[in-house]
Amino acid sequence: MKAAGQLALDAASARGVTYADARVVSIRNRSLTTKNGRVGHASESESLGIGVRVIAEGAWGFAASADLSRAAVEATAARAVGIARASARVKKEDVRLAPEPAAVAEWTTPYKVDPFTTSVEQNLDLLLKVDAEMRAVAGVTLAETGMNFQREESWFLSSEGARIHQTKYSTGAGCTAYAFAGSEIQKRSYPNSFGGQWQNRGYELIEEMKLVENARRVAEEAVALHQAEQCPEGRATIILDSSQLSLQIHESIGHPIELDRVLGMEANFAGTSFLTLEKLGNLRYASDLVNVVADARQEHGPGLGTFAYDDEGVAAQSTPIITNGRFTGYLSSRETAHAIGAARSGGTLRAEGWNRLPMIRMTNVSILPGERPLSLKELIAATDDGIYMQTNKSWSIDDKRYNFQFGCEIAWEIKHGKLARMLKNPSYSGITTEFWNSMDAICSRDEWMLWGTPNCGKGQPQQVVGTGHGASPARFRNIRVGSAYS
Amino acid sequence: MLTKEQAADIFGRIRRFSSAEEVEAIFTGSRFALTRFANNTIHQNVEEENSIVSIRTNFGGRTARATANQFDDNSLRRAVTASENLARVQAPDPDFLPMPDSREAHGGTGETPVAPSSRFFEQTAAITPSDRAEVVKSIVSVAGKHKLTTAGIYSNLESGEGIFNSRGLANWHRQTLAEISITMLAGDSSGWQKLNSPDVRNLDPARLAETAARKAVESAHPREIAPGKYTVILEPAAVLDIVGFMFWDFGGVSILDQRSFLNDRIGTKLFGENINICDDAQHPLQSGSPFDGEGMRRRRVQLVESGVVKRVVYARGTARKMKNSEYAAKVGPIEPTGHGFPLPNEMGEMPMNVVFEAAGKTQSVEQMIASTERGVLVTRLWYIREVDPYEKIVTGMTRDGTFLVENGKVQCGLRNFRFNESLISMLSNVDAMSVPVRAAGEESFDMVVPAMKVREFNFTEATKF
Repeated sequence: MKAAGQLALDAASARGVTYADARVVSIRNRSLTTKNGRVGHASESESLGIGVRVIAEGAWGFAASADLSRAAVEATAARAVGIARASARVKKEDVRLAPEPAAVAEWTTPYKVDPFTTSVEQNLDLLLKVDAEMRAVAGVTLAETGMNFQREESWFLSSEGARIHQTKYSTGAGCTAYAFAGSEIQKRSYPNSFGGQWQNRGYELIEEMKLVENARRVAEEAVALHQAEQCPEGRATIILDSSQLSLQIHESIGHPIELDRVLGMEANFAGTSFLTLEKLGNLRYASDLVNVVADARQEHGPGLGTFAYDDEGVAAQSTPIITNGRFTGYLSSRETAHAIGAARSGGTLRAEGWNRLPMIRMTNVSILPGERPLSLKELIAATDDGIYMQTNKSWSIDDKRYNFQFGCEIAWEIKHGKLARMLKNPSYSGITTEFWNSMDAICSRDEWMLWGTPNCGKGQPQQVVGTGHGASPARFRNIRVGSAYS
Repeated sequence: MLTKEQAADIFGRIRRFSSAEEVEAIFTGSRFALTRFANNTIHQNVEEENSIVSIRTNFGGRTARATANQFDDNSLRRAVTASENLARVQAPDPDFLPMPDSREAHGGTGETPVAPSSRFFEQTAAITPSDRAEVVKSIVSVAGKHKLTTAGIYSNLESGEGIFNSRGLANWHRQTLAEISITMLAGDSSGWQKLNSPDVRNLDPARLAETAARKAVESAHPREIAPGKYTVILEPAAVLDIVGFMFWDFGGVSILDQRSFLNDRIGTKLFGENINICDDAQHPLQSGSPFDGEGMRRRRVQLVESGVVKRVVYARGTARKMKNSEYAAKVGPIEPTGHGFPLPNEMGEMPMNVVFEAAGKTQSVEQMIASTERGVLVTRLWYIREVDPYEKIVTGMTRDGTFLVENGKVQCGLRNFRFNESLISMLSNVDAMSVPVRAAGEESFDMVVPAMKVREFNFTEATKF
């Protein structure tokens, strides 16, 4: 793999580029699902190839090929250079990159059990047990489970001298029970929707999830929702569980802080951002209690956005995004960092695979837990009247990331500090900065969970990558609820 | 790029490496290039060549799949072994079907299905980076003329896909696709257009750019009006993206799983009298292969007729399960229709070549505007997600060109709205439709859809721009 990368750099350099990098990537994946007591699908995949990115005549070019023969790699590099020269025909300024030391490094995701050493029988046995637990509940009309593993080995080489070899593992699993009756379909997922929980870890994550132990409970909740009252419409105090808050962070903080969006580079598809440059350091994004970081370092946790180096060779960093409520940082790349006069990239450029151009992606964008000890139970006890919502069901936000609406799978009324009756079809909506400024309590470290969002789409052609989001349950005041059914 | 002959050779090696009772290989090969522009410059410009083989093995009711993109013997052996290992450990599925031979897959004489010849065009395959740069330059010049900033893409794809199995099936399909998407941005407004076609000569970049620019200019200084129920005129891309959320439910498995909004509703009049929908892979404005994930010929299926949901589509296995199910008597005709996904999968099938058929007299968008006393003209919808699976309520935003219509004229741009709208309700409230066209959006697969004038469309909130 490394030799193919060097070959590409040599071929590009010989054609007069001012910068080149090559990523040679090998991805292996296992995906298993069950449905109503049977295997839904069972598949494995392997993908190997090279992506070559160059700057020639001050413009970018990128070409990728699955063929790693000498002739094909050289041809791929030559195509990248030709594409860059075509790009140069419609440019205003030369591309410039913020400086970055050329790293030579080796890194592997820490794990206890390589998931690919576990047997398919073992994997399916667990999923079918989870499936059986859900189907044991009368009223469940569909039970689904899933498990995924991925191993991604990559070599990054640049014309500046970087030589980085990384191997990343990610693991995910979860289950969902559906109940159709009358004129309603209700569902409950564990431990989260989007296929469950996902982290950059080994099989030990699956063993810690307690899928079998929780499957029957969520199935019972799916059935019970049919008897629940509809979530009211109006203004309310809400408490969000950590998984829903993690998606709220993803959509209303993670995406608007992407500097490529801010600079208009995503205007045609993903959109732009309300966080225009003059707001950096000045905008009161949130209440004083809100501290958010974008942290790709292993010490933040094994999130889907954890790595040692990004896909243009920049070391993992922690960037303060919101500090005591004030907007303090963007997600950046070498090109966008230079564009706003920053000294260095924030190290967030990632690609879906060898055949895609790296772009700014969320790393682990997390809200830090409250410093004062506060459990979820204590937070509910301290709430006289409100709604506690769990587990995302629907999500939508405008293309500048102002107006959002989320639906959750389940909710409970809070009355006089206690959970009262169950509510179905809960939803809430608002404007990003108004919402975050209404947060008046967040639970402490014991309630904090680093969730994985495996399905974040961005770019043209679209790339789907995983992102991480740590969150504790938190309380928000005077939020519009129930408008999804208004 | 991978040819049918090369694929046949690879499949021959796969068969030699496999000890399974049956073997199937699905091939996809593509050469794809995309030039992306923003801030009136080309900022990303990519090209990719890749071929994939996906191998399925069967052992007496047990099946699994493994995929590789390297075709040397070791890689193929490893993929075959992975597929076989995944299959062998499963319990046999009593509903399992052997792979189809060509007679079953194609019907009649067993002749291989072919798409209309208009789906592969050398002119599209031959587009170069320089060609794309020249088109982008012309789009940027339109932006400059109107003092706007533009962003978008221009892409071209050449692809081949095929399916071979050990019962003699050997299908192959070649296609090209060119696509242009343009956003024009002003200080507080924007406009958008997108179109694709197998034949690049059907795309008119200058016209698309001018239309997007006009929308950006005319929606400048948008007014905010209160959310509520409005008559809306949805341009075809907006129709495409919102109605796309219901077609997962038009498959047999979704009924068997009881996760469809059509549960207990097939045969009932769910939509307005003027709603007629079919799935037709051979429609002249459609694209894609004429066979499904098992190699079965894609048949034309009338899904909705005069507002009545007539039936759903089926993969082979789903049709068999449905015939033996408690729902068999209330779902209309049950037969394999050639809409299955590659096996094994848990989703079954879906209509992917949807065509809305205009009933009665059509109206152009201009005529719809002229006949509207007060309403909202919508260019595009965005970030649509399902809120309620049975009432089929979806939420989302308007984007890139939302206008107030009063007294038969477009009056001004509007700040964008959030909607929460039931598709059942929406398709019961269609007052007028245009001639259906091939439309492309971002939330759904391409379809042939009309613009629609819809009464009482439910906007629940407005945003800040």
